[in-house]
Formats: sequence, structure tokens, C-alpha cells
Amino acid sequence: MEEMTFAAALADLAGMAPEIWQACQETGLMLGVGLAAAILLGGPLGIWLYLSQPGQLFANRLVNGVLGWTVNLVRSFPFIILMVSLVPLTRLLVGSTIGPVAAAVPLSFAAIPYFARLVEQTLREIPRGVVEAAEAMGASPLQIIIKVLLNEARSGLISSLTILTISFLSYSAVAGVVGGGGIGDLAIRYGYYRFQTDVMVAMVLLLVVIVQIIQLLGNRLAARLDKR
Amino acid sequence: MIHLQNIRKRFRRPDGGWFDAVQDTSLSITAGEVFGLIGFSGAGKSTLLRLINLLERPDSGAVIVDGQDLTAMNAPALRRARQHLGMVFQQFNLMANRTVADNIAFPLEIAGWSRGDIAQRVAECLEVVGLSDRAQHYPAQLSGGQKQRVGIARALAPRPKVILADEPTSALDPKTTQSILDCLRDINQRFGVTVVIVTHEMHVVRSICHRAAVLDAGQVVEVVEVSDGTVDARSDLARSLLEAA
Repeated sequence: MEEMTFAAALADLAGMAPEIWQACQETGLMLGVGLAAAILLGGPLGIWLYLSQPGQLFANRLVNGVLGWTVNLVRSFPFIILMVSLVPLTRLLVGSTIGPVAAAVPLSFAAIPYFARLVEQTLREIPRGVVEAAEAMGASPLQIIIKVLLNEARSGLISSLTILTISFLSYSAVAGVVGGGGIGDLAIRYGYYRFQTDVMVAMVLLLVVIVQIIQLLGNRLAARLDKR
Repeated sequence: MIHLQNIRKRFRRPDGGWFDAVQDTSLSITAGEVFGLIGFSGAGKSTLLRLINLLERPDSGAVIVDGQDLTAMNAPALRRARQHLGMVFQQFNLMANRTVADNIAFPLEIAGWSRGDIAQRVAECLEVVGLSDRAQHYPAQLSGGQKQRVGIARALAPRPKVILADEPTSALDPKTTQSILDCLRDINQRFGVTVVIVTHEMHVVRSICHRAAVLDAGQVVEVVEVSDGTVDARSDLARSLLEAA
């Protein structure tokens, strides 16, 4: 292993720019699919979890118990084991078990209950009286969900989404290692297996920057939406 | 306007027993009056109020408002009926992420009003409660008294025949209390809205009510008449409430 200068490292990285860009796109794809699944499926699941609690609009002990138990079950799996367990499902859905699209399947599977819990917790902070006022005014359940619950919780929901995004940026790196591609995969392949420490450092720094940007944007948007 | 017929309501206590919040109560409230529900804590007055718009469903008995039996309605019909029953809360219960104007617009959106009609009606209601200059503020930027005015404007917006007020002044200081009571009286007189007001203060009854039911242990002990600020009370309970004031 030759001694590497900073300039040499930069030249090395510059030569890898296309691969780095591709890794960023793969990570973006995995995150995009996972977050979309979380919002579209985990969001309604979280709302249902909240509304089925005792004292809420659709209070139902059995439904709440089953939903809560299922969410906990999926969340108890270490992510890497969840990935491996879902290989048959992934093959069924995507036709392959490698590549960012295949990795998006277990990512989505993990993101849905994760976000559902975050949504449930966020909705709990809305004062019961506000929902009751809407009921007293004759609002339908759908109107209460959209116009009251989601609107009153909007800033907390953005914060939850920020947490989810950052967690799943990290999960996507794990998914990458088992054939998903992405920034984490690049760091492992070059930085670890091929001893190109400069690539590993650069990829970690890139992730640090991305995380900081996501958190900053999340905080800004949450603060702007919060009128409490 | 409002007839409660043989209403019963019990709640499950944490220890597994039952608590009779309202026991076999009948009450008639006339159109256009300000009617008080007064009693000490736990007398069942808030429950009785919440039974009028079926926020609490009675275990037995009928709730008839403006000639319609609410207890016999299905969910959509009940929602439509509720749109004509305004409610004002002790803790205001405004939506923190909506401006004052949008809070008042809420019941009108629910009822499917057009944007133009909503804007016009919101402006009228802001005028009534004297908050026209606060339309674009958020609740967090208002004082307690101002928040309750928004609550009243919101209740008034869909032109209800009845406004139910659950301890509307209990979270407010005495001076603000008087201005809120004046506001409710004003609405009653100008628009003929029937007002049912829950309170534990005889002062509130003397100040704006025409009549009031004195409640104890889930039952109406006496219905008192108020004339020129004096309460004609016969029961011991009503007298003790008078003395407490």
C-alpha cells in the first residue's frame, strides 16, 4: 500500500465521480421508495393506531391490540435479518434480490411500522378537546383526520419524517452491503474491502453532510409550520 | 327548543363500579332564553350539557332539539343537526395551526359553504365579538379572553339556534369573565340564539341567565327564575350556591 497524499486522494476520488454519483442516485432511490411507502402506508396505519385507542373516534381494543402487536413484531427484527427473511417476497415483487429497487422492499417493510409509530405518537399530542370541538361542530371522521389531526400535528409529522429519513439513510447503507448499492455500499466496497481509506472517509463525510442538510431542512420546515 | 326526557347516563368508574352522572332527568329549555346549569363539581352539569348535542349518548331517554329527536338519528343526520348547535368550551379548544379567521371558518367549511360566503360570514362574526383586527393572528398570539371570543364567534358562525357553553368563563379572570358574559348576552338578544351555560358560579346565573337548573348528584333539584339580577331560590342547595357567590 503506497503512501497517499491529499492531492492523490482527491485525484482518486475525482476519477470515481461517476461511481459516486451513481451511488447517490441508488441511495436516493432506496430512500425515496422507502419513504413513499412509509408515508402512504405507514401514515394511515399510524392514524388508525391512534384512532383505535380507548377514548378516540374508532376506539376498539381488539383492533388496537392487533395493530400494535404487528407493528411491534416487525420493529423487533434486526434490519439485516428482516432483509434476509424477506428475500422470497422481494424476489416475488421485483424479480431479483439485488439492486436498489430490490433493497427498497425490505426498507419499505421496515419503514412502514416505524413511521406508523411516529405518527401515532405525534397525534397523541393534540389536545382531545380540539378533536371534540370538531365533533361537536358536526365534522365527519375524514374531515377530523384531514382538517384537524393532520393539520394540528403537521409540524410534529415533519419532525417525524426527518427522523425517519435519517434513520433510513443509515438502513439503506446496510441494504447496500447485501447488494443494494448506494453510498454505504461504495464505502464498504472500496474503503473496506479494497483498503481505499480515502473513499471510505469521503463517503462518510458525504453522509454527514446529507444528514446535516436533511435535519436542517426538517427543522426549518417544522418551525415554519408550527403556530402553537 | 330543547327537551330532555327521562335522561340517564352512567359512567364506569376505574374501580369497576358505576357512577350515575345523570339520573332520570327531564328538562325543557325555551327558545330564546339563556338557561343556566349550576351545581358543585361532580353534580353532572357538564354531562347534562354534553348530552344535548350527544357528545355523550344517554343510556336511556330522548334528546329533542328544535323538534328533532337526536337520539333516533344515524351518524350523518346527527352531524347535520350538530352543525346547528354551537358549542363553547372552558379551554377554548381552538386549532392552534389555524388563524382566528380560519378557526371561525371551520364549521362553515364542514357544512360545505362557498368560499365567498365563508369570508363574508367570518367577517361578520369577528365584528360581533370585536376581533376584526385579529383575523390573521394565531390563537397563541391571543389572550384568554380573546381566545374565548374566537370560540364564541366560531360557535355563532353557522347561524345556530342554540349555543352550548361549558364553563366558558372558568379559565378567565373576573373582568374578562364579565366581558365574555356580555358578549353571550349580546348574541342572545341580537340573534335570538338560545344559550345553555354550565357554571359553578351563581354570579354567572345572576348576570345573564333567565332561568337555571340547580343540579346535585345527577338530578335537577330546582329550576330557579332570575329577574333583575335576583335569583328566586327555594332549595337549600340553591341558597348555599347563592351564599357562596
